[in-house]
Amino acid sequence: MSEQTPALRLEDIVKTFPGVRALDGVSFSVLPGEVHALMGENGAGKSTLMKVLGGIYQPEEGRIFIEERETVMHGPLEAKAKGVMFIHQELSLAQELSVAENIYLGELPRKAFGRVDWDTLYSRTDAILSKLKVSFNARTRVGDLSIANQQMVEIARALTVDAKAVIFDEPTASLTDAEKSVLFDVIEDLKAQGVGIIYISHRMEEIFRITDRISVLRDGEYRGTLETAETNEDEITQMMIGRSLDLSRNFEELELGKVALRVEGLSCGKLFQNVSFEVRQGEVLGFYGLVGAGRTEIAETLFGLRTPTAGRIFLKDEEVRINSPIDAISKGISLVPESRKEQGLVLGMNCRDNITLPQVDDLKAGPFVAEGAEVSIYDQYRDRLSIKSPSWRTAVGNLSGGNQQKIVIGKWLSMRPEVLIVDEPTRGIDVGSKSEIHNLLRDLAKQGYAVIVISSEMPEVLHVADRIVAMYHGQVMREFDASEVTEDGLIQAISGITNDAA
Amino acid sequence: MKNDNIKNIIQNGAIWGFILLELAFFQIAGEYWSLSDRAFMDLDNMLLLLKQAAPIGIIAVGMTVVMINGNIDLSVGATYALAGIVMLDSMSWPFMDALGDWAIPLAWGFALLTGAILGLINGMIVWKTGVDAFIVTLGAMLGYRGLVFMYNGEQPTFHLNWTMVDIAEADVFGLETPALVFIAVALIVWLVMTRTIHGRNAYAIGDNREAAVNAGIRVGPHFVINFVLIGFLAALSAVAFYSASGSVNPNDGMLFELWAITAVVLGGTKLSGGKGSIIGTFGGVIAIQLLRKGLGHIGADTETVNLVIGSILIAVLFLDRQLNRKGAEELKV
Repeated sequence: MSEQTPALRLEDIVKTFPGVRALDGVSFSVLPGEVHALMGENGAGKSTLMKVLGGIYQPEEGRIFIEERETVMHGPLEAKAKGVMFIHQELSLAQELSVAENIYLGELPRKAFGRVDWDTLYSRTDAILSKLKVSFNARTRVGDLSIANQQMVEIARALTVDAKAVIFDEPTASLTDAEKSVLFDVIEDLKAQGVGIIYISHRMEEIFRITDRISVLRDGEYRGTLETAETNEDEITQMMIGRSLDLSRNFEELELGKVALRVEGLSCGKLFQNVSFEVRQGEVLGFYGLVGAGRTEIAETLFGLRTPTAGRIFLKDEEVRINSPIDAISKGISLVPESRKEQGLVLGMNCRDNITLPQVDDLKAGPFVAEGAEVSIYDQYRDRLSIKSPSWRTAVGNLSGGNQQKIVIGKWLSMRPEVLIVDEPTRGIDVGSKSEIHNLLRDLAKQGYAVIVISSEMPEVLHVADRIVAMYHGQVMREFDASEVTEDGLIQAISGITNDAA
Repeated sequence: MKNDNIKNIIQNGAIWGFILLELAFFQIAGEYWSLSDRAFMDLDNMLLLLKQAAPIGIIAVGMTVVMINGNIDLSVGATYALAGIVMLDSMSWPFMDALGDWAIPLAWGFALLTGAILGLINGMIVWKTGVDAFIVTLGAMLGYRGLVFMYNGEQPTFHLNWTMVDIAEADVFGLETPALVFIAVALIVWLVMTRTIHGRNAYAIGDNREAAVNAGIRVGPHFVINFVLIGFLAALSAVAFYSASGSVNPNDGMLFELWAITAVVLGGTKLSGGKGSIIGTFGGVIAIQLLRKGLGHIGADTETVNLVIGSILIAVLFLDRQLNRKGAEELKV
């Protein structure tokens, strides 16, 4: 195999962002007819590498070769023209258009006077679809298809050109088992046609089922390539983690208080099932899992944004029903949501007004808002959380990510909650502020709050949580004690591997 | 930071700069082209301008609130006409006749109640069905106008009461009642929007509805309050105007919603909600009225006036967009 000309080869790619060396001399190649897995933790550089390949980012150093001819990618269209196709995790389809129109979007076959040549369009599309053995046809409206079938449409797009390399980015995140096996058949077909395939996934089971080789990235560095047949899950996990466990944290005796929140058999349709856990005052409970494992949905259910289909919720041993955020807030549950800007902050408003937003109803001076009281609340949390803002008048949209997050946390602390749920506490926050937020969360637990932290970053849960609930596909796989957990054990639990070897 | 401040001043002050420009232009142009030999910036003329601006102005104040909240109300023109009809018609009801001049406050009450109820209907539909306010009030615009015609067919509704006319034309320092009502309304609603909890929450909902819900703000009731407010103000505008004129034509108030929106947008309120001010809207209303009067002063006809105002509206929004660009790295969509 090694004598073949690689379909695609990347050589010593370097890409830096302010303060971060996202890719540090990564080399990587895919042979025609090979399925090559690209693995690494979140933040290891996989998606940056793929963006370089797709021409979205320009690397500072390094070269890209397609069939050993050096090339420069300026954008997705150019990548496509050169035979490099991407199938993204997030679908980008026009829901109201037909399958055929989506597949040939931007390059519909034409007749005279700019009319669309529908006959050609449909016959070409049906020819491609027949290869994929799908149940829909060229005229089906994309919006009527299941997510899996929409993914098939994305794949069909890749087949319209003479693809040399196809990149699948977490393609199975939203697929059922039956749909997965169809996808794997398609990959086999592509492989048989001599297309080189890059397969990005966290799921070990799939990796071992369909790939030929595995390359591992860690912290932006290339760690090596292994033949799939000659390795095992443990070896891959070791390569992905590499670093010695950085437990700069000493596990002091926790002063645990009462059980603040207990959840029994909570389910919400297909999103998560039979979830049980408890969190005590004075501890941080971590939820770790891949995107789509149901962690955020649990938080949303506890905050009254979703209605559970089964299960019971107890606050301080008293069963409660939470029908809306208003309910949740009045019962002492607060949620720092996953996306600060969309769900947490009113960006056009100033810092003070954002902090007092949930309690402004109670800050009255006659008919007006008691602005003096508001300022003193703001000052209090600015000092306590060391929020850096020119003044309370500054619009939160102008603050850095870390300070914005502190505003959201301050907003909820000022409500004196029993349970503070923090979803992805440091997403999009620079490294310095990250550890500040981590320490803050630890401090809050020490002050007696019951804190739930949801994260996709392993170092984060390891650093912050006292106990870790590992989730996979809407199920709780295992609960770990943070002082005993191993990284392999955690990775295997969230990848759906159930053996207790860890 | 410093740049932001300068930008803010430019944005918030732009409408007043524009007004000064208009004044200067019409003053000078008037010297050459005006048919009358009175100066444009004559005190009486300016006081009259405020009175003429009042009907649209009072509605525009309500529109500002609804738009800051992230909605829009297209039914205000029809509400205006219907409230006017209720007011004038009610005065000829037999029991009202018997009350003498005491019928006047009662008639005003009926009109204001009509406006508030129509607003309540809009607000409840928007809240309970979740249908976009644009669609709901578009339907209401047609429906309420239908009610106007059902009331009296194509006939104007007519009732003249001289006491009422006297009240409507009373003046303080030369400002007649409609102008005073406009100023008072703007002042009160400005306080509501900048100083009260309802105002604060209305801005928050318009800026980021999801975050507002997550902060435990009940979105629906705030919507309803604002629709009731704009319905009430549309009726108040009718009260101020028809008390003097004494006659409602079934086509009255048409396009008022669009004039109000024009003034609000000129005054810097964002169509998408969350940003805007009553003071800006006050400026927008004055600017439009100045333009109308000014162009009339130098001899332009109505058609020209509309063309100019339309062009200026687009030019202003284009300018605003340029000012608000986040720089070269902004996504090109």
